[in-house]
Amino acid sequence: MSAPPVDAVHSPSLDGRSSERPVDRVGRPPGSDPGGVRLQAARAAAARVADPEIPVLSIDDLGILHDIAIDENGRVLVTILPTYSGCPATGVIALGVVTELAKDGFPDARVRLGNTPAWSTGRMSEAAREKLRACGISPPGRASGKRALFAPSPGVDCPRCGSGDTERISEFGSTACKAHWRCRACREPFDHFKCV
Amino acid sequence: MTPALPPASSDPRAAWLMRLGDATLILGCRMTEWLSRAPTLEEDIALANLGLDLIGQTRALYARACEIEGGTRDETALAFRRAEPDYRNPLIVEQPNGNFADTMVRHLLFAAWATPLYERLVASSDMETAGVATRSAREMAYHLRHAGEWTIRLGDGTAESHAKAQDALYDLWPYVPELFEADDLDREAAASGFGVDPSTLRADFDAAVDAVLARATLKKPAELRGQRGGRSGRHSEHLGHILAELQFLQRAYPDARW
Repeated sequence: MSAPPVDAVHSPSLDGRSSERPVDRVGRPPGSDPGGVRLQAARAAAARVADPEIPVLSIDDLGILHDIAIDENGRVLVTILPTYSGCPATGVIALGVVTELAKDGFPDARVRLGNTPAWSTGRMSEAAREKLRACGISPPGRASGKRALFAPSPGVDCPRCGSGDTERISEFGSTACKAHWRCRACREPFDHFKCV
Repeated sequence: MTPALPPASSDPRAAWLMRLGDATLILGCRMTEWLSRAPTLEEDIALANLGLDLIGQTRALYARACEIEGGTRDETALAFRRAEPDYRNPLIVEQPNGNFADTMVRHLLFAAWATPLYERLVASSDMETAGVATRSAREMAYHLRHAGEWTIRLGDGTAESHAKAQDALYDLWPYVPELFEADDLDREAAASGFGVDPSTLRADFDAAVDAVLARATLKKPAELRGQRGGRSGRHSEHLGHILAELQFLQRAYPDARW
């Protein structure tokens, strides 16, 4: 068996939109990027994209935004890591990245869905966990993997009153990444971001 | 003896990934049939999420297979432009949903097979495949737990739920042996370090299923020779109906886009 192709680009839904492509307003010669200024600007533009299902979090907060590169023609390639395999937000996020980059003078950006490293809730920043709690979603535990999945007491605290006296209503909640829980102290139902 | 059908892809690694993707796609389609018909709202959402995971895994598996093939087709073409004999899913995933116990027992058997498969595939020599397997293994662990909990509740529930769960086991067990039968493609994929030999998964499957059945007070059926053929392209009558619904739009309006 021969070696697999490296860095194959996978963005079928984003290609074939040539009639809508914006004009490059920056107009620099392709490939020149003294001091990595353009790369930083591209990263900042992509980092503005919010998760459509949890708008308080950016894709940078979630650890979905993985890598940004600019090729010799000045074209930006963004690698994002899908959270759950079937997450319907992935396509919207990819579209958002292309749109935000175009706004900041990076037309024709491509988005690649990366499989390595596999996304896990461990990639979420501490600030992201706080933002989740503040908007009423209990953040995932810090551990990931099998031990976290099958822990006898996952220690889910109510994001509203802080009580640890909570119970799971359903393993599967409003989105692929959330479970449905209830607080026995304040009686409020809430979403819990699942640990993977 | 029916002559052997040609392989699903000229590249054995792509063919191996496609076969796994066929299994997750067809079971994913079956799970979506439950939408708006599940016994409770929470379970409706759960079944939809299980289907979504499976279809998402399919996309990643197909996409990687297409990259390995050299990019002449994409995952959409694999899902919508192939006929029954090109699909290589095991027969169990195309079996009708039946009642809720039938679906949950089918899912338990599938997840008890797929979970150790993905866990082993994490060690694939192909980094992209290993990454897909890492994410999928975590998802399948949720599937195994969910289907296991329901099987226990049904088996250890009322006389009627127990009888339905036990009937589901008897009906579906003939499709179990096929899951673990390695063919040349499996052996080649495993020997090269790319894939997994399904015959190595049986002990893990039995351990997971036995633990659930014991708590569910359900009997493990005797293993007869069983039904097979899906993994080599020979299917039950059910697959054509699933593909008819799945593929209608792309066949009626080729290359239609949103």
